[in-house]
Formats: sequence, structure tokens, C-alpha cells
Amino acid sequence: MSDHHKETFITKYVFSYDHKMISKQFLVTGIFMGIIGVFMSMLFRLQIAWPEQSFGLIEAFLGKHQEGGVMSPDMYLALVTIHGTIMVFFVLTAGLSGTFSNLLIPLQIGARDMASGFMNMLSYWMFFISSIIMVISLFVEAGPAAAGWTIYPPLSALPQAMGGSGMGMTLWLVSMAIFIASSLIGSLNYIVTVLNLRTKGMKMTRLPLTIWAFFITAIIGVVSFPVLLSAALLLIFDRSFGTSFYLSDIFIQGEVLHYEGGSPVLFEHLFWFLGHPEVYIVLLPALGITSEIIATNSRKPIFGYRAMIGSILAIAFLSTIVWGHHMFVSGMNPFLGSVFTFTTLLIAIPSAVKAFNYITTLWKGNLQMNPAMLFSIGLVSTFVSGGLTGLVLGDSALDINVHDTYFVIAHFHLVMGVSAILGMFAGVYHWFPKMYGRMMNKSLGYVHFWGTLIAAYGVFFPMHFIGLAGLPRRYYTNTAFPLFDDLADVNVVITCFAIFGGIVQIVFLANFFFSIYRGKRAEMNPWRSTTLEWTTPVEHVHGNWPGEIPEVTRWAYDYSKPGYEEDFVPQTVPLKPGEEES
Amino acid sequence: MVALFYILIAIAIATGIWQLTSIFKLKDVVASEKDNNLQGILFGIFGIFFYIGMIYCLVQYNSLLLPESASVEGEHYDNLYMITMVLILVVQFIVQFLIFFFTYKYRGVGNRKALFYADSHKLELIWTVTPAVVLTVLIMYGLWAWNNVMDVSEVEDPLVVEVYAKQFSWEARYAGNDGQLGRANVRNIKGINTMGVDMTDKNSSDDVHVRELHLPKGRKVIFKFRSQDVIHSAYMPHFRAQMNCVPGMVTQFAFTPKFTTEEMRANEETITKVEGINKIRKEKGEDPYEFDYLLLCNKICGSSHYNMQMKIVVEEEADFNKWVSQQKTMSELIK
Repeated sequence: MSDHHKETFITKYVFSYDHKMISKQFLVTGIFMGIIGVFMSMLFRLQIAWPEQSFGLIEAFLGKHQEGGVMSPDMYLALVTIHGTIMVFFVLTAGLSGTFSNLLIPLQIGARDMASGFMNMLSYWMFFISSIIMVISLFVEAGPAAAGWTIYPPLSALPQAMGGSGMGMTLWLVSMAIFIASSLIGSLNYIVTVLNLRTKGMKMTRLPLTIWAFFITAIIGVVSFPVLLSAALLLIFDRSFGTSFYLSDIFIQGEVLHYEGGSPVLFEHLFWFLGHPEVYIVLLPALGITSEIIATNSRKPIFGYRAMIGSILAIAFLSTIVWGHHMFVSGMNPFLGSVFTFTTLLIAIPSAVKAFNYITTLWKGNLQMNPAMLFSIGLVSTFVSGGLTGLVLGDSALDINVHDTYFVIAHFHLVMGVSAILGMFAGVYHWFPKMYGRMMNKSLGYVHFWGTLIAAYGVFFPMHFIGLAGLPRRYYTNTAFPLFDDLADVNVVITCFAIFGGIVQIVFLANFFFSIYRGKRAEMNPWRSTTLEWTTPVEHVHGNWPGEIPEVTRWAYDYSKPGYEEDFVPQTVPLKPGEEES
Repeated sequence: MVALFYILIAIAIATGIWQLTSIFKLKDVVASEKDNNLQGILFGIFGIFFYIGMIYCLVQYNSLLLPESASVEGEHYDNLYMITMVLILVVQFIVQFLIFFFTYKYRGVGNRKALFYADSHKLELIWTVTPAVVLTVLIMYGLWAWNNVMDVSEVEDPLVVEVYAKQFSWEARYAGNDGQLGRANVRNIKGINTMGVDMTDKNSSDDVHVRELHLPKGRKVIFKFRSQDVIHSAYMPHFRAQMNCVPGMVTQFAFTPKFTTEEMRANEETITKVEGINKIRKEKGEDPYEFDYLLLCNKICGSSHYNMQMKIVVEEEADFNKWVSQQKTMSELIK
């Protein structure tokens, strides 16, 4: 490799082609957006627990829009909308997948860099621009988008329907269009890299499960994100150019609008064709990371490697044919409801396989309780807790009465929100030495983990019951219904846990940013892992390996293999004569 | 400026936390045997508290839940719900136990070598086939219940009611003596004709336009939903009923009310729940609450989404007929 061209500050830290630098850029931007998203949730949790009370915190941050510190209904809806958008797309899609796909794909398959460094850079900077636009949209006159993160028209299409559907919505759509382009460029790059740039001996069946997860995630993204882009484009047409794709027969503010023949249900189909796979775009990378970390820290091979790949493939395939379970009561043909119930409940099978395989991996292991391992075990627990209630929501007959209630909020926050965030933290703690050449403090890691897990369950477990009591989501306050008066105490408990959980994240931020500069210098292979990234030098070099790229001779999970002194055998160690590959 | 102050506080806390790390041994960054031991035990303890928490919620919050279904169709809903919930809880309790117990039991100890156990087709087959069989049962019952509630093709003499949504209130229209709703479109909205009923349609004149929903006990009601502006969702939790109201199309849902409002007020579960609510209201000095069926909006529809409701009264059929006959028909209303 002749990569020793002169690097300036700009090419090294800003417009870098190097996947390791781009991965760090994704992570830091994701963390920044995460701070905004989580902070918003704390503000609106205050309103839910103590409705229409005055809070200095609210006045301080929402300024003249919330004179006296009492949150307005429009601001409440704006906060839940932007919280959802930021957490799902900016933190858990770009921040999670963008960070770890970029870091690990070249390092774990044995490649010098991504297939196209330029596209990789472009992917980050488009994500950066879309983040900036999303943040700017918070400051426009009539408020940011407030129609829910699912932006169903006509609410999102008509500025007459709510303030946030004016300029705020326009910026939301522009931001998301750029985000989707960024995501597509990134995903195509990941797919090409995994298929073409694997080192000698790195058969597909020797790939670590992280790579399998990122690879399949990228494919799902390429299949489904363009559909959201088209949905957004048609919405822009309806909003700005008078077309009627989604709108028909509307009378608003004393006036009949000209729209005729469109259907909002069309938008719902297009949206959820991305929206559901998006759940797995968020979740699969976290599960991949977990597979890797649980195997390493259990000092055991991941149980059922091929079954794990099979279940990733099955989940990916099924994820594209279940979107209708978000629409059981949308007014679509009930027969479709039956079909989507069937396909949806099938997903429980590969999910169960994954959960049991994790548990079997723990069984008779020698668990090394590094912070990353704690987060991974936490993920398995929340994934099971949240996943099980999917049996209620995926069943069309049962969905009728819990649809759009807090039961749904509890379900998806546990199964994709908390699980994916725990997976992301696990990844950060585990690969921090690879990113920054230093280690994070483990004691703070433990504090962070226990605080986060306790807060997560404290927030989302009681929330199921509020939903089962029939409380709809996105209610500014439930004081308008005496029926829900007995839920007030539960909401206070939930908010207390939420604020606690938010504050605990400061521990992580402190640990993260100080460890970048002051952490203990890392060894080459601190977790005694088998995969290729730990054969690269601690100080980053462009091209990853100073010399030849190592050759791979075995799968990634030879931990505690009989016949070896050490409890791990790196992928580069040749098989002994007569030794069978697992 | 105050925002800046809060941010400064956060930074100060962060610095403090970092300073604390000097108390911990900064050099220890990889889990030691002591850590393995302590964290493993913590997982065990957390597991115990987790079980206590779950059981506490299940017992304590049980009284918050909705009372038994007030519609005939909802009985299957409640059955299916019970079966699914029991299944979920059994699996949850077993699987979480395994996670926390294994984490505790196999916490790392010195040089103990982990078991090299990479595959077992038998085990994998077990946890593929078991969920598959269980799911088959759930899917079959679920689909049957779904068709039971959604299929209204063979209903004899149903009551047809149109429920009409707009920002931020509900209206309703009964089909009248002919059992046929007159045509309607938002383009006909004018003055008192707020639902846009087409008065040139001969079915329209005997329609009855109301702002409070009355339903007869024991007769199947077919709801036709419309919306004039954005998507709303007609949610009637006590009847296990929900359907979106979508501008530009008519959606439908049907159920048979099983208890009158009076009977529901005398229901034991309702009494417990209402007592709980009134205890809280008394502390706050608010008027006591009396149970009523409600229709609430359950799809984000704008700033007053949280207060878009309509009272539902279920009564004996004779009372219902009397009530309807007292309401003005469309032709009486508009002339």
C-alpha cells in the first residue's frame, strides 16, 4: 500500500477517507444528537408527571415559547416528535450502525479500508448536514414538526392543522431526505466491502456475527429506505405543489380544500414499509455486537453460529413483509390484517432462537464482567422482556385495544430502544480501545450500567399497565379524563426513573470524553479476543495493518478450545494437523 | 442564559465524576476476578429485585386495568388476552431467571476453562419447534377472533351509526327508520349541517344527528367512521373497539354492547376502580367521578388531541328507541 501521502488537519480529522476516523465522527455526532433526544424526553416526562406545572428547566430551555415554564400542548407534541425522530434515525441508525459498521467491517474482514473511502466520507457529511437541519428546525417560528415521528398526513401536510406542519415539517422532510441519501450511500459501501474485500481465508462462514449483522442490516436499509424517500417526496408534492397523493375531502378551518382522490393509508403503507424494517436496522447491529461481546467475555464460542446467521436472515426477510401490523386499525382490508398477523408472529421464532442461543452461550462459561459484557447481558434481558409483549401487539385481534396506547410505548422502547442503546454502549466500551487507543474506566462503566438498567426497567415496566388501562399515547395530559386519574402516581414514578436514567448518562459522557484524552493506554488485545481487529496496532495507521494483511484460517469463535493452552485462538492461527474447524 | 447555567452544572457534575475516578484505580480497566465476583453477585441480586418489582406491579397495578369487556365480541378478546398474557409471563419468568442465574453462577473464576460447546442441533430444534407450535395455536385463535369481530357480512338487523371526527370533537349520525345513512361529503358542510350530509339523497332526511352516543344493549352496532380533516382514531376501550377515522374514506367496526351504563357501574371491577379514582380526587378536592363509557381520540390529531372525547350511553333497547325518537331528524333540523 502506498498510502503515505501527506495528511493535513483537514484531510485527517474533517474530510477524512479513513473508516476509523469516519466511525468516530459518526459516534460523536450520534452522542451529541442522543443528548438532545434524551433531554427532550426528560422535559416531556416532567409535563406528563406534573401536568401544566411551571418548571424553571422548561422555561430555561424552551425560552419565550414557553413563558412561565408551563409546557404548551404544541410544544409537547413537538418534543415527542423530535425525540422519536432523533432517537430512531440519528442515534440508533446513524450513530449505532454508522459507527460500528464503519469501524468493524474493514477491521474484522481484513480490509485496508472501505470499498470507497470517498463515498464513506460523503455518507458522514450528508448525515452531518441532515443533523444540522434537524437541529435548526427546532428554532423556527411556528415550532418544529409535531405530527409524531410517523408524520401521518393530513396532519403533517396541512399547516392549518397544526403549527408544526409549516416550516418545521418542511425542514424535517429535507433533513430526512438527506439522511436517507446518506444512509443509502453508507449501506451500499458496506455491502460491497463485505462481499469483495474479505482477506484470504475469510469465507462468509468465518465472518464474525457482527459483520453478518451489519451486512444484512445494510441490505435491509437499501431495500426499504428508498421507499421512505418516495413517501417523503410525494408528501412534499402534496404540501407544496397541490397534488393529492395522500389527501382527499378535507374541510379545515371553515374551508373545503381542493384535494380529491388521495388516501392517507397509502402513506401509512409506504412509511411502514421502511418503518418496520427500520426496527431491525436499529436492532440487528446491536444483536451482532452482543453476539461478539458475549462470546468473548464468556470465553466460549457463540452457541449455534449457523443458527444465528439463519435467524438474522429469517428476521431480515420477515421484516420486509410485516409492516401492516402497524396498521391493523387503519381501515385497511381486514384480510390483510390476517396476513400480517401471521407473518408478524413468525418473527418470534428466529427471535427466540437468538435469545436461547445467547443464554446457552452464558451457560458453563467463565464470564468476564467487563462493562461491555454487562451491557450485553442487559440487552438480552430487555430484548426478551420487550419482545414477548410483541405477541400481544402482533396479533391483530389483541392489537385493537392496545394500539397506540402506552403499552406500545413500553413494548418498543424495551425491545428496540433500550436494547439497541445497551448494545451501542456495549460496543463503545468494547471497541473504545480500538477507536482511541485508550481504555475507558471500568468502575464508572459499572455505575453507568446499573443506573441505566434500573432506570430502563423502572420507566418501561410500569408503563405496560398504563397502556392496559387504556391511556392513549401522545396525550399532553390525561387530566381531561377522570377515568385516568389513578394513573397519575404511576406516571410520577416513571418520570423519576426517567430523570435518574438521564442523569446517569452524565457518568458515561464524563468517562467517554475524559478517557479519550486521559484513559489508560490500551494494549493490542485487551479483551483477549480472536477477531482480526485486535491484530492491528494500537496507534492507527492508514491501511490498518502496517505489513501484509493477515490470512484467516478458522472461524471467529475458538474460545476455550480443547487442545490449546490459551483460552482463545485468534483467527490467524493455522489449524493444527488433524484439528477440525468448528 | 439560564439554559447555559444548567449546562454548566452538568459539566461540573461530569468533572466531579471524573475526579472520583482517581479514587478508583484508574489503571484497572479490565475486569479482575474481584469484579467478576462482585458483578456476578450484583446480577443475582438485581434478578431478585427484578422479580419482586414485576410481581409488585402485577399485583399493585391490577386494579388500574380496564374492567371486563362491555361488548359481546370483547369476550374473545379478553380470553385471548388472558391466554397470551399467561404465556408471556411464564416465558418471561423462566427466561429472565436463566439469564440472571447463569450470569451469577458462571461469573468468571481464575483459570477455570469454559466449556467448548458450539452447537447442538437437538437443542436448537427444540427451541425452534416449541415456539412454532405455541405460535400456531396463538395465530389460529387470534385469526378466528379477528375475523369474528371484523366480519359483519351476516349481521341481521344491525344498528348503523356514523361516527364523525374533526379537530377536536366527535359527532354522530343514526340512519333513522330506513336503516340507510344518507350520502355525505365535506363539500356539503354548511351552517348547521356540520357533517356534510347530502340533503338531495332521499336516505338523508330521516337521519338523526347527535353529539352524544347512545347504544342499545344486545343489538349489533355497525359503526361507520369518517373524518373531515386529519386522521383520528375512535377508541372505545371498554368495548375493546378501535378504528381510525380517515379523511376521504369510510372505515367500519362493529360490536354488540353487553352491559348498560348502569350495569357497568354496578360491576365489581368498575366499583373498585372508581373507588380508587375517587380517593385520589377527594385528596385533590375534586368532584367525585361517576363511571361512563367513553369514545376517545387515539391518533395524534393536533394540539387538543388529549381532550377529544364523547360520552357513550348504553341503555335497554326500549329506552334507546325512545331517546332516538326524541331527537330531531336531519330534515327537521335543517328546515
